[in-house]
Amino acid sequence: MTKLLPMNRRSFLQTTAVGAAALGLSPSLFSATAAAQTALTVGFIYVGPKDDYGYNQAHAEGAAVIKAMAGVTVVEEENVPETVDVQKTMESMINLDGATLVFPTSFGYFDPHMLAMAEKYPDVQFRHCGGLWQEGKNPMNTGSYFGYIGQGQYLNGITAGYASKSKKIGFVAAKPIPQVLQNINSFLLGARSVDPAITCQVIFTGEWSLAVKEAEATNALIDQGADVITCHVDSPKVVVETAAGRGAFVCGYHANQSPLAPEKYLTGAEWAWGNVYTDFVKKAQAGEKLGNFVRGGLKDGFVKMSPLGPAVSAEARTKFDTTLAEMMKGTFSVFKGPIKDNKGGDAVTASQVLAEDAIELESMAYLVEGVVGSTS
Amino acid sequence: MEGIGIWGVPLAIFAGAIRVSTPFIFVSLGESITERSGRINLGLEGTLVFGAMTAYAIAVMSGSPWLGVLAAMATGAIFGLIHGFICKFPKVNDIAIGIAMMQFGLGLAFFLGKPFIQPVAPRLPSIPLGGWSDIPQVQSALNINVLFVIGGLLAVALWWAFKNTRLGLILRVVGDSSDAARAMGLNPDTVRLFATAVGGSLAAVGGAYLSLYYPGSWNEGISSGQGLMAVALVIFARWNPIGCFLAALLFGGAGALGPALQSVGVTQGYYLFYAAPYVLTLAILVATSSPSRSLAGAPGALSITK
Amino acid sequence: MTIEANTSALPPLSAQTGNLRPMLEWLARRAEPLVISLGAILAGLALFSVVIVVIGKSPADLFKLMYTGGFGSWFSIQNSLSRAAPLLLTALCVALPARLGLVIIGGEGAVVLGGVAAAAIALPFIGSAPPIIVLPLMALAGMLMGGLWIGAVGMLRHYRGVNETIASLLMAYIAIALMNHFIEGPLRDPASLNKPSTAPLPAEYMLGNIPGMDVNWGLAIGVVACIISFILIEATSFGFAARIAGGNVRAAQIQGLPVGRLIVGFAAIAGSFAGLAGMVEVAAVQGSANASLAAGYGYTGILVAFLARHNPLAIIPVAILLGGIDASGGLIQRRMDLPDATVLVLQGTLFVVILLCETFYGRFKIFNPDLWKRTA
Repeated sequence: MTKLLPMNRRSFLQTTAVGAAALGLSPSLFSATAAAQTALTVGFIYVGPKDDYGYNQAHAEGAAVIKAMAGVTVVEEENVPETVDVQKTMESMINLDGATLVFPTSFGYFDPHMLAMAEKYPDVQFRHCGGLWQEGKNPMNTGSYFGYIGQGQYLNGITAGYASKSKKIGFVAAKPIPQVLQNINSFLLGARSVDPAITCQVIFTGEWSLAVKEAEATNALIDQGADVITCHVDSPKVVVETAAGRGAFVCGYHANQSPLAPEKYLTGAEWAWGNVYTDFVKKAQAGEKLGNFVRGGLKDGFVKMSPLGPAVSAEARTKFDTTLAEMMKGTFSVFKGPIKDNKGGDAVTASQVLAEDAIELESMAYLVEGVVGSTS
Repeated sequence: MEGIGIWGVPLAIFAGAIRVSTPFIFVSLGESITERSGRINLGLEGTLVFGAMTAYAIAVMSGSPWLGVLAAMATGAIFGLIHGFICKFPKVNDIAIGIAMMQFGLGLAFFLGKPFIQPVAPRLPSIPLGGWSDIPQVQSALNINVLFVIGGLLAVALWWAFKNTRLGLILRVVGDSSDAARAMGLNPDTVRLFATAVGGSLAAVGGAYLSLYYPGSWNEGISSGQGLMAVALVIFARWNPIGCFLAALLFGGAGALGPALQSVGVTQGYYLFYAAPYVLTLAILVATSSPSRSLAGAPGALSITK
Repeated sequence: MTIEANTSALPPLSAQTGNLRPMLEWLARRAEPLVISLGAILAGLALFSVVIVVIGKSPADLFKLMYTGGFGSWFSIQNSLSRAAPLLLTALCVALPARLGLVIIGGEGAVVLGGVAAAAIALPFIGSAPPIIVLPLMALAGMLMGGLWIGAVGMLRHYRGVNETIASLLMAYIAIALMNHFIEGPLRDPASLNKPSTAPLPAEYMLGNIPGMDVNWGLAIGVVACIISFILIEATSFGFAARIAGGNVRAAQIQGLPVGRLIVGFAAIAGSFAGLAGMVEVAAVQGSANASLAAGYGYTGILVAFLARHNPLAIIPVAILLGGIDASGGLIQRRMDLPDATVLVLQGTLFVVILLCETFYGRFKIFNPDLWKRTA
């Protein structure tokens, strides 16, 4: 049956009648008529090019995993801006391709764009990356998923702490938003677990993707003595190559950048979206309810670490492995009080131990003591 | 490596001026030739990006970055020839064609460049001029790319050639008045065709620098408007090649200010520091312009200054 | 640019062919831009087909998809119109000053600051004043901001002799930096976590859709603005004076026309339209001012204006054509596995050919009744 009625690209083209039918028909009804519960069209929307060695590539790799699943058709669109364009892209995927599950993968797609479409198409499921879905406030056919990658940055920090000779490490960041601040703080806390004297200099570039400025920021950090660099921008390629070119060590982010700097790459915090998407799609195919607030870290397979590079010492490797083991047990906490912020205030009080899923972490607005930089 | 504290700021401005300016130098030198002939090519952003893609792709495939630069020059010349050819028809607006060619160049570069985002290309070499210093930051700042040196020499050569050679004279006559050129037996369209082609090929070298040296990577966001800005710098530099070179340095140096200030702890309002190159250029422009005379050095036949 | 000017002057030949001749002449003159534009579009499509054949895809499939995606259904038409809406206003920002011979390419700056101003002025009134007061206030603020911004370009041009092309471009970059500064600094809503924005407009303060359509009011506002601009240029003494000054500034000054006021006035009106585009983006799409305001509408507007030969009425179909191509881009990506840049290549090809075909104006006898034989 799936072969007779493949809900894929070309069949819709050939007969506009089918397309028109899909237009008026409720999607759930449509899959029911198709009788094959497994036939599912999933839409992916990326804010940048899907091979950017970074954020978008990580999602596209996840999409590629479910593309291989039986009965699943994946439709993708890249370089979609966070304007009315993304609303129309979602609608077009729903109306013209028959998508019943849509993943808008950029943070800025959530409000108002995805919420508006979710209201308009109550039979379509929307799952958004990075947003904070709230019961009662957001529609039930929407949801958000994200990974606790901060622990990955903590592990990055451990390798950085051992590799740094100058006791100064550097972070090239796009914007001072909670997700980025948490990564900066985790990176430094990881390094300080090795040597509490280490400081981390941060430079904000102000944009998610701005090649020349990212290179300039990397150079400025190294000029100030930083000898291990990591970043949180959409495409870490430029930072990794520039830093390695100047002889600094690098920790990766989003995807595995070790091929870009095999000698200098220590490790990297990567997304493992393939697992997350597989889970969503399996549930959708089985007709089960999809989660509305899906979160997970290293132990849940949402996040993974790049293989350790040749420059990582044996000592560093041991500490990395024991910390990772604790994280996999779920007993590890990066933000364990007391932690001061870099203005002298209390970031985390002495009695507080914030687990990786603590909701406070999602609205982080401070940089911890030892980070040189400012949030505004 | 030890940090160098507050000295990092002037050093970063100096190093940034050299690192960041090269694309501006080549695009603005190329455009100064084109505009001297009385035509404006606003589409060099497209040529630059296409040049960046071509250079990277050829360097990946051949293993030689210099072959990449040559290939970029060839494609840049083709873009210039198309622009020049189209604009010779009556009633065709060169500014509009430039904007359309920019769209075309960007589109084609992204279209053909997809397979080359992932591979790593060999980089253009640099000349280590900082051996006399034992401060690694200074050594790094003085790692000067060959193209920067060529750009500087080219600026002087063009400045001299505009004044002292027959070709320079032809260019200026055509640029000032098509009628005068015809009276001298020159074909303005042919001169402009070649001037635009040379301009395009130089702009493409600017692109090759971006993808093969600094930042040294090919992706769709490699240029943040360097090609467009460089065309504007030509007007700022009053069509003087040495002025173009200096304007590019100024612009590159001012651009390094933002990251450098953050690296020494000046972290408030960094967006405003990032606007420094634009504010500075505008301020100088306002200070040096005058309502009573037309822009000194402006080619008379240029549509943008009429 | 002077095509419209001579249409009104009928040649004294009409008597010879009775009643038919004036009509034919009228038709012939009106037909010229239509026939040439259509011919150019066809030629452009043919050229683009060659590219598609070279990479081994079927142009027929592609054009069918483009039709489906851009205009093939009511959904697709609305999709195209939604994308065209902001371009109407930003194109006017280029077309109006062009009548005076000014090339202004920095409309983007007026868009983003217009949006920020509109969002900022609404803040104290939300909840205390009804939408019927707040929305016009927002529009006014956006227009004022945009008008001041581009008006300043006109002032620099006239009173300081600063080239308007480079000044407007520089100011666009400055405007985007200011926008980022404000939305991440003084105007940031602390609740906007990972996408810094101003405080969101409540739903009842949003501009909403045109009744019966899934297109927001921006489209209607844009069309009205185009019509007003057309009247301004064609039917007022202000517009007439501008046309003279655009032809020859010296002649206009000798005739005692207030060239300075014309330049500043036209620049300010143009800027206020771009500022209004920013306000619509805030009030009808985003619900707040954020970095998505810099979506490139100002730059695309340049292309629209030049294609429309700076005729405000011609802007409408050109913008819709562009919106249609844009709308079909996603479908082409999804169905034909072509990169998103395909539509950029198509647009580039089309525009180069259309602009090249400008050269045919006045070349065909059939469109020029003055050259017709005096046959009975």
